[in-house]
Amino acid sequence: MSQTIRLLQLYPRDMNIYGDWGNTLVLKRRLEWHGYDVELLSYNSGDNFPDDVDLIVGGGGQDSGQGTIQADLLKIGSKLKALADDDVPMLMICGLYQLFGRFFKTRDGQMIEGIGLFDLETHGGNTRMIGNILTKSELFGEIIGYENHSGATYLAKGVEPFGHVYRGAGNNGKDATEGAIYRHVIGTYLHGSLLPKNPLVADWLIEQAVTRKFGNFNSSVIEDHFAREAREVATHRPR
Amino acid sequence: MRQQIVTVVGKAIRKASRLRGGGGSALPGLFIERLDPHFMKRTLAQLSRGVVIVTGTNGKTTTTKIVVELLRAQGLSVFTNPTGSNFTRGIVAALVESVDYSGKLPYDIAVLELDEAYAVKFAESVQPSYSLLLNVMRDQLDRFGEIDSTASLLQRVAKATTQGVVINRDDPRLNSKSFTSGIDADVWSYGTSPELAKFFPSDDQMRSGHQAVAPEITSKDDTRLQAFQGSTASICYGSRSVQVELKLKGIYNILNATAAVALTRRIMGPELDETKLLSALSDVTPAFGRGEDVIIDGQIVELVLVKNPSGFRLSLRSFDPNGVATMIAINDNYADGRDMSWLWDVEFDSLRREGVAVVAGIRAYDMALRLQYDEVDVVNVCPNLTEAIEKFIDTNRNRPKRIYCTYTAMLALRKQLAKHATMEKVL
Repeated sequence: MSQTIRLLQLYPRDMNIYGDWGNTLVLKRRLEWHGYDVELLSYNSGDNFPDDVDLIVGGGGQDSGQGTIQADLLKIGSKLKALADDDVPMLMICGLYQLFGRFFKTRDGQMIEGIGLFDLETHGGNTRMIGNILTKSELFGEIIGYENHSGATYLAKGVEPFGHVYRGAGNNGKDATEGAIYRHVIGTYLHGSLLPKNPLVADWLIEQAVTRKFGNFNSSVIEDHFAREAREVATHRPR
Repeated sequence: MRQQIVTVVGKAIRKASRLRGGGGSALPGLFIERLDPHFMKRTLAQLSRGVVIVTGTNGKTTTTKIVVELLRAQGLSVFTNPTGSNFTRGIVAALVESVDYSGKLPYDIAVLELDEAYAVKFAESVQPSYSLLLNVMRDQLDRFGEIDSTASLLQRVAKATTQGVVINRDDPRLNSKSFTSGIDADVWSYGTSPELAKFFPSDDQMRSGHQAVAPEITSKDDTRLQAFQGSTASICYGSRSVQVELKLKGIYNILNATAAVALTRRIMGPELDETKLLSALSDVTPAFGRGEDVIIDGQIVELVLVKNPSGFRLSLRSFDPNGVATMIAINDNYADGRDMSWLWDVEFDSLRREGVAVVAGIRAYDMALRLQYDEVDVVNVCPNLTEAIEKFIDTNRNRPKRIYCTYTAMLALRKQLAKHATMEKVL
C-alpha cells in the first residue's frame, strides 16, 4: 500500500521570487524516489488552511509580497506554531524566515510583526548581503548556498542557528550565525537552490515528515553525483 | 575649438586602439568623458528627431535592431550603439567614430539600447524624445535588487521622456495607474491579444496558477499582436490589421517586432509609409546569438541566448525540441549573474522526450542537477566550453542542433563556432 505525504507550499503566489520552487520540487521528487506518494498543496492569503499537513515549505518575496501576506500570516500563526510543536518539519527561506521571527523593523522604523515561532528579530539595513555562502552545522556538515538580503537578523540567546558561517555574511554579517532551527523547523537566508545542492537537508526534512506520520522511514539510495559536483564548483566560485 | 580638439584626439585614440588589436571601444570613451564631460549630451542634442531609449529586462538588443531597421526603411538616418556598449563610455566611443571633425553628427535620430540602471542616469541627463519600455522581469537580482525597484527605474526614464513613451501593456508593473501617473509624454502601448496571453506568463503568474488576464488598456493608442502561425504574424493598430511573414523566430521576438512597430508608428506619426514598414519588418533578421543560425556540416546550429527565467521559459516554448540535439551552457560570470537559483524557475519538461546531449559551462553541474529533478536525461556534462562544443558537434553530426547559453558562454561558443563556419563579426 502506498503511503502519501502531504506537502504544503506557503504563499506560492506572493513569496516565490528566488527559485523557491526548487526546494518544493526537490522534496517532491526525493519523496517519490524514496517510494512515497506526494500530494502537493498550496496555501495563499485567504485560503482555508488544509488539515493533516506533513511538511511545509515557504519562500522569499519582494517587499511588496511580504506586505501582502503579513496580515494573513499573523492569522495562521498560532496554527503554524502548534504544528511546529507537534514536530511537523518546515523550511522557511528569506522573507518567511524573517516573518517567522518576532518582528522586522524597517530602515525607517516601521515595525512589521512576525509570528514569533523563532525567537529572533530582524532589522532593515543599508548593506545588501549578497553572494555565495558556505556554512557548517553538526547535523548537516557543510551547507552551500547563495544569500541575498539586507535585513540583519539576530537570534535570541539559546536559539540554535542552522549553520555557522565560514564564508559570506549569514544572519547579520557579524556573529557568524546563519538561519535558525526550532524543533524540526529550519529558517534560512540560503534561497532557491538550498535543497538541490544540500540533499542531506532535504532527506532530513523528509525523514522527519515520514517518521512522524508512519513511524519509520524506508529510504532508497539516490544518485547524488551531480549535486556533489555542483557543490564542489560552488565552493570555489567568487562571492 | 575645444570640441574640435577633443574630437580629433578621440578619433586618433580610437584608431590607435583598433590598430593595437583591441575592441577599441572603452579607451577613447574614457578619454573624452574626462576631457569633455558634456560631449555626449551636446553631440546628441544636434539630432533633429532626438534620442530614443529602448530598455527593459528582456529583448533590448533584438528590439533595438528592429527599430533601427524600420526607421532606416522610413528614410531616416539612424545612429545606434553597438551591442554590449550600453554605458556612457561605449556610447561616447561610438559617437566619436560617427561625428565629423567639426563635431557634427550627421544623423536624424539616435536609437539606444540601455540597461535599466544606466537608462535612468542617461535619461535624466539627455532627455530622450521617446522611450520604449519592454518589460520588468526577474533578471540578475543580485545586480539590480528587486523587480519592484527596477520598475521604479523605468518610471524615472518615462518621466524624463519628452514626446512619447511606449509601454508593454501585458506587463503588470508597467500597465498600472501608479506607473503611468506623472508621465508628461503621451503613453502608447503594445501587447498581445487575450488569446496569446498564455504564451507570456509574467513572473507573478508563474507559480500562482492564475490564468493570464489582459489588463485594461490605459494608453492613447495600442498596437496588438493579434495572432501568429509559424512565422506569420497578424498585427493590429488603429483600424488596420496587417499580416507579415517574418524571418525572426520565437514568440518573444515576434512580440519585440510588435513593440518596434508601435514605436515606429509613434515616431513617424502621419508621415508613416506603411508599405515600407511592412517590407522592412519582413526583412529583419535575428540579432547575434538571439536565435542566430550557423551551418556546420550541412546542419543548422542555433544559438539561443538565455539570461533569466522568463526568457528561458519563452525560448523553450518557442522552439520545438523534437528531432533536434540540445546543448545547454551556463556560466556564472558577473555578466551572467552569480546566483544559480534562476534555473529552478524554469521548467525543462519539454526536453524530457529527447534528453539533453551536452550540458556545459562553469555551472554545468548546477544545470545537470536541475535537469535531474525534472527527470530529463543528460548524456554528457562537460564544463569546458571548447571541449563541450566539439563533442556536441562530433556526436550529433547528422542532426540539427540548438544551444541555449548564457551571455559569456555565448561569446565563448561563438568564438569556437567561428572555426567551423563564417559568422557575423561583432565588435
